[in-house]
Amino acid sequence: MSTILDVEKLNLWYGDHHALKDINVEIPKNRITALIGPSGCGKSTFLKTLNRMNDLVAGVKIEGDVLYNGQNIYDPSVDVTWIRKQIGMVFQKANPFPMSIYDNIAYGPRTHGIRSRVRLDEIVERTLRDAAIWEEVKDRLKKPALGLSGGQQQRLCIARALAVEPDILLMDESTSALDPISTGKIEELAQQLKEKYTVVMVTHNMQQAARISDECAFFLLGELVEFSATDKMFSTPTDKRTEDYITGRFG
Amino acid sequence: MRSVYMAELEELNKKMISMGMLCENSVAKAAQSLVGLDRDLAAEVVAKREEINREEREIENFCIRLLLTQQPVARDLRMISSALKMVTDMERIGDQSTDIADVVRASSLQKIPEGLNFREMAESVIHMVTKSIDAFVNQDAVVADAIISYDDVVDSYFDSIKGKLVGLLKNDKSDTTDMLDLLMIAKYFERTGDHAVNIANWVIFSVTGENRGVQGK
Ligand SMILES: Nc1ncnc2c1ncn2[C@@H]1O[C@H](COP(=O)(O)OP(=O)(O)OP(=O)(O)O)[C@@H](O)[C@H]1O
Ligand SMILES: [Mg+2]
Repeated sequence: MSTILDVEKLNLWYGDHHALKDINVEIPKNRITALIGPSGCGKSTFLKTLNRMNDLVAGVKIEGDVLYNGQNIYDPSVDVTWIRKQIGMVFQKANPFPMSIYDNIAYGPRTHGIRSRVRLDEIVERTLRDAAIWEEVKDRLKKPALGLSGGQQQRLCIARALAVEPDILLMDESTSALDPISTGKIEELAQQLKEKYTVVMVTHNMQQAARISDECAFFLLGELVEFSATDKMFSTPTDKRTEDYITGRFG
Repeated sequence: MRSVYMAELEELNKKMISMGMLCENSVAKAAQSLVGLDRDLAAEVVAKREEINREEREIENFCIRLLLTQQPVARDLRMISSALKMVTDMERIGDQSTDIADVVRASSLQKIPEGLNFREMAESVIHMVTKSIDAFVNQDAVVADAIISYDDVVDSYFDSIKGKLVGLLKNDKSDTTDMLDLLMIAKYFERTGDHAVNIANWVIFSVTGENRGVQGK
């Protein structure tokens, strides 16, 4: 099992607020890693440090290294656009671009130089199918994406992230607004994806984490409390705080 | 805090205690019916069997519903799945007592020959049954471990009784059928001890997550 992302002594502050405290973790390649923990513990923040999405936040200070295949993504010489293509992200809140469904998907491939209509058509259909939304939108690809329902928008954003063929896919509660059928399809997709990609997903759904992830990280108050194989985490967690959280004995 | 869930886990504990008491009673009465050759008491043990079976089904259903509705993880999952496995052994303990009582009821035995330690053996077995359920209720792996070792005591009672019965069988004056009845009873007690060991193993799984498997025949 090789490491694709090696996080070393990562600290993050939003102004005075110390939101990530000395995180050390190795994210394995071709696996699904789940991030769990109570609201506000830093899961989204951590996820965003993995492809430098936090760079955009005013007043943020980041220390430590995130090595992607051995290269520190925070090194000044690194091309951030390239990083974000390699490490794609689906956000907690769906954020389709104000353009057509088709263009939402084709946007990324076009910026990476794909012009052929046939190629783009193929990418649009394949990724929309992968994201379990093709049947619902195939007759209105030219309609605005903002006219879709919340759950449909979420799946569209998953398709959009897949369209640029990232190496790692970061998903922030990507199924929390979905019905069980779409959720099931996205979970299946994540499991297929891990043959080619690495998935890191935030989820509040313990059963989802237990069902589909290989590794699991439990965050609490900005700290990484426990990182272990998911089976182990949900059968015999090491830390009492992990056990109290996953069994619902918290607070 | 998931208070409804916590109350349900507590309820499961209560049900286990209640079924445990039925089992303990069943072993104790079977032993008493043997020692006193009390056929009425033996009939009572046989009649109670259905009650134990009913509790087993009730606990199984309760556990399955908990698994479905609460989707337990970690120690809760281990505890509930242990309970689900334990009730099978508890029900078997009820069966063994019934078997003992059945033999007592049907046998022509007039007197238990001197020197057969049935009373002591039965006390040891009852001790194991009681302690194994206690260990579950208190989630105590140390007590569970002690029960597993204690099984040697029961086994040695069995060997001793068996040896003496062989001696008696060689002696023309004793009734062969009676001696074989007593040998079967000793074996049923010994098996009851094995079921207590299984229960203790599930307690250890529940507490530590270590699955040692169960005792075969
Ligand atoms: N842009 C920001 N500016 C200031 N503070 C922030 C910012 N984003 C997050 N925080 C704070 O950092 C902490 C971690 O937030 P984060 O969004 O990572 O939590 P989370 O674990 O993803 O929670 P949730 O499960 O609710 O999504 C919180 O205390 C939050 O208020
Ligand atoms: Mg979040």
